[in-house]
Amino acid sequence: MTEQPTRMVVVGASLAGLNAARALRDQGHAGPITLIGEEPHAPYDRPPLSKGFLVSGADHTSLALADTAVLGLTELYGRRAVHLDTGEHTVHLDDGGSVPYDGLVIATGAGARSWPGPLPATGVHTLRTLDDATALRRDLGTGPRRVLVAGGGFIGSEAAATGAELGHDVTLAIRGPAPLHRVLGEDAASFLSDLHHTAGVSVRPFTTLTGLQGGRRVTSVTLDGACQVNADTVLLALGAVPHTDWLTASGLRLDGGLVTDVHTRAVGTDGRPHPTIVAAGDVTRFPHPHASGLLSLGHWSNAVEQARIAARTLLHPRAPSVYRPVASFWSTQYGVRFRAVGLPREADESVTREYDIGRRRLNVAYCRDGRLVGALTANRAAHIARYREQLARDLETPVEARSA
Amino acid sequence: MTESPFTGLEVIVDMGLCESHGQCVFAAPQVFAFDEDDVLVYEPDPDVSQYEKAVAAAAACPVRAIRIESTR
Ligand SMILES: Cc1cc2nc3c(=O)[nH]c(=O)nc-3n(C[C@H](O)[C@H](O)[C@H](O)COP(=O)(O)OP(=O)(O)OC[C@H]3O[C@@H](n4cnc5c(N)ncnc54)[C@H](O)[C@@H]3O)c2cc1C
Ligand code: SF4
Repeated sequence: MTEQPTRMVVVGASLAGLNAARALRDQGHAGPITLIGEEPHAPYDRPPLSKGFLVSGADHTSLALADTAVLGLTELYGRRAVHLDTGEHTVHLDDGGSVPYDGLVIATGAGARSWPGPLPATGVHTLRTLDDATALRRDLGTGPRRVLVAGGGFIGSEAAATGAELGHDVTLAIRGPAPLHRVLGEDAASFLSDLHHTAGVSVRPFTTLTGLQGGRRVTSVTLDGACQVNADTVLLALGAVPHTDWLTASGLRLDGGLVTDVHTRAVGTDGRPHPTIVAAGDVTRFPHPHASGLLSLGHWSNAVEQARIAARTLLHPRAPSVYRPVASFWSTQYGVRFRAVGLPREADESVTREYDIGRRRLNVAYCRDGRLVGALTANRAAHIARYREQLARDLETPVEARSA
Repeated sequence: MTESPFTGLEVIVDMGLCESHGQCVFAAPQVFAFDEDDVLVYEPDPDVSQYEKAVAAAAACPVRAIRIESTR
């Protein structure tokens, strides 16, 4: 017990931060834990924000992640960390206050990529926070509207589906050939396009949003620098940017996210891991045997599992745990349950085993160098469990033991 | 591995909440599984050797559909 740091501080009060705090308690840390979050809300769950929350009248209490009271935390919400001083072991806050730590968990997640120019005051949205979703829901609640969604990732695709379900006239403008094409490959992307077409969403491939017009409220957008399309509501789903701005002068390595080692410890610009600073969730980039470079996984289960390992590493600095996950992700669109495991985007080949748009079933295996690296199913959860087992077994086999 | 704090335990899944995410199947494949229609099936009274995994499965469920109750 004596080697354990005593004052724990968690920056970022969302999925990863809350799970780190909970794991610290579960693993026996009885000392103080301070949970600091920029949003005014207690930790809540984001996945419903692009799905059920937009169609329901539910208030935010249905999104609450946990009853934090039982964890005995000092909860500081509505406060932003602005600087980390690793020499003084202190987190500085936007109100001038500072919080000293013996052990620090960085879990500041990511934010929605913003538009690089001026915007009409209303009608243009991003979708990352509860406040974002509440504003978008209010807009979509009065309709029908002409909705333009820019971005072919999961959030754009889900929001387009939800908009169509609400009876709006939805256009989905994407840069690639089909939604999620870059991540999931040709067949999965065309399956998804089919679902959108059936629901009446107009998918515009190879299209870049280049401008937004309107006075107080948006009235139209410009696509590819030329054509204007009328729109009453615009959702910018342009991707996520990790929240590392407060770490620029910390001496920690930032490279498209906060870089950690396999033990979830933050790595300094000198390449050495900090034994008292760990990180988890969407803010991180970490090494993984199935990834060609550093990996960032903007997924729910990653935040939960990585947070648990991070807490253990922090409590047992001499025997740090290894984080080597089988990634898993889900998405629900038009009532179709997509489930993905592993790293489909690392594949050099994909094998479609089932493509049944009528029964809304899909089963795709992703391979690299002839080895399974990921899988995707739609309405075939039984299959995904088997893929996952195979990937887990593979990760347990040391690289040297694989046949050359 | 730590000693399980449970001497007897019951697994209860709220099927109204379950969205077939499968995190529980990943965490404790001997306790949870899917049938061919993606409906979750599970063992309410698992073997002692599965207790720790069942507890991990409950924690992994994104919609908190799984309750673990101590029976003894
Ligand atoms: C609309 C939407 C739908 C999603 N759907 C799915 C899905 O279906 N399946 C899936 O697997 N995943 C989904 N995700 C992803 C999942 O929600 C994220 O992976 C998860 O929220 C990551 O948790 P996190 O704690 O790492 O980061 P975040 O949830 O981003 O939380 C970080 C927190 O830190 C705070 N913060 C940032 N900077 C500071 C600072 N300097 N000081 C203090 N606080 C700070 C932020 O305000 C925020 O509250 C979805 C995400 C969104 C936005
Ligand atoms: S993890 Fe939860 S939602 Fe997923 S299958 Fe299990 S009980 Fe259902």
